[in-house]
Amino acid sequence: MGKTYTRPNSMKDVLTHYCPGCGHGMVHRIICEVIDELDVRETTIAVAPVGCAVLAYDYWNFDTTEAAHGRTPAVATGIKRIHPDKLVFTYQGDGDLAAIGTAETIHAGNRGENISIIFVNNGVYGMTGGQMAPTTILGQITATSPYSRRSEKEGFPLKIMEMMAVLPGVTYLERTMLTSPKEVIKTKKAIKRSFKRQLDKKGFSMVEILSPCPTYWGLSPLESIKRIENEVVATYPVGVIKEDK
Amino acid sequence: MGKKKYKLKIDRERCKGCLFCAEACPLKALSISDDVNGRGLKYVVLSSPEKCTKCGLCVVMCPDCAIEIVEEE
Repeated sequence: MGKTYTRPNSMKDVLTHYCPGCGHGMVHRIICEVIDELDVRETTIAVAPVGCAVLAYDYWNFDTTEAAHGRTPAVATGIKRIHPDKLVFTYQGDGDLAAIGTAETIHAGNRGENISIIFVNNGVYGMTGGQMAPTTILGQITATSPYSRRSEKEGFPLKIMEMMAVLPGVTYLERTMLTSPKEVIKTKKAIKRSFKRQLDKKGFSMVEILSPCPTYWGLSPLESIKRIENEVVATYPVGVIKEDK
Repeated sequence: MGKKKYKLKIDRERCKGCLFCAEACPLKALSISDDVNGRGLKYVVLSSPEKCTKCGLCVVMCPDCAIEIVEEE
């Protein structure tokens, strides 16, 4: 058998419901590739969020459960404590993780639970119609900030990763983006490192991925990735934010 | 035993026409179709197959696993 580059085995052969140019499809595939490479498909338990990725269990060919809105890290904590030898990760959007689930995220990190969080940040509530999220950047127009987000009225964008970095229980934080093949490969490396650290019992880790939402940004898919490079990165700088030995 | 040959396989029904692959292609071998697929979306086609070196950067960028590199029969 020669080398070929095809759909990963952990991904089911179904069409996804995501919009053209949505980052979720890419992140789903990257996670499946990492799970195939680590050969842990049989011992992985994922927790899906509420949001656009709510149907992730239809696309992943490994055990996946569903949690109430924002309570994903709490459900993952319970699963990991019962099954300490399984790979347990949560997949969350910014509305799920940074708004309604802030408490669960911060306390799971503070307790130093040995889980991985994959945080897909597109700056809007994609599932419900593009409303403003805590992570919406200043100057961005959304359905509920028609005059654009202003710091004096709507506050500043919430930088979850920088907040989590001060907690001693958190051991690995990295922010990446999905703008070019180079950055997508960096994202894959970050997710792989996070999963490996969990299997080595090194503690809580989180990877934030800056993802495009062409539908609710009102841009074409290609303009969306340009916007990440030109505007979003200024608020959310990419790179390793924290890595303990 | 001869050298194995590979080809780019595009599943037009999976493709949603976001063109991330065409943007990522260093040799600009991919372009958008004139007609639409079963879901009413324009899809990507390998317009210059002679340029393609099977580097796989389009596969890396595809959100829908629509592009694969497979061994030629």
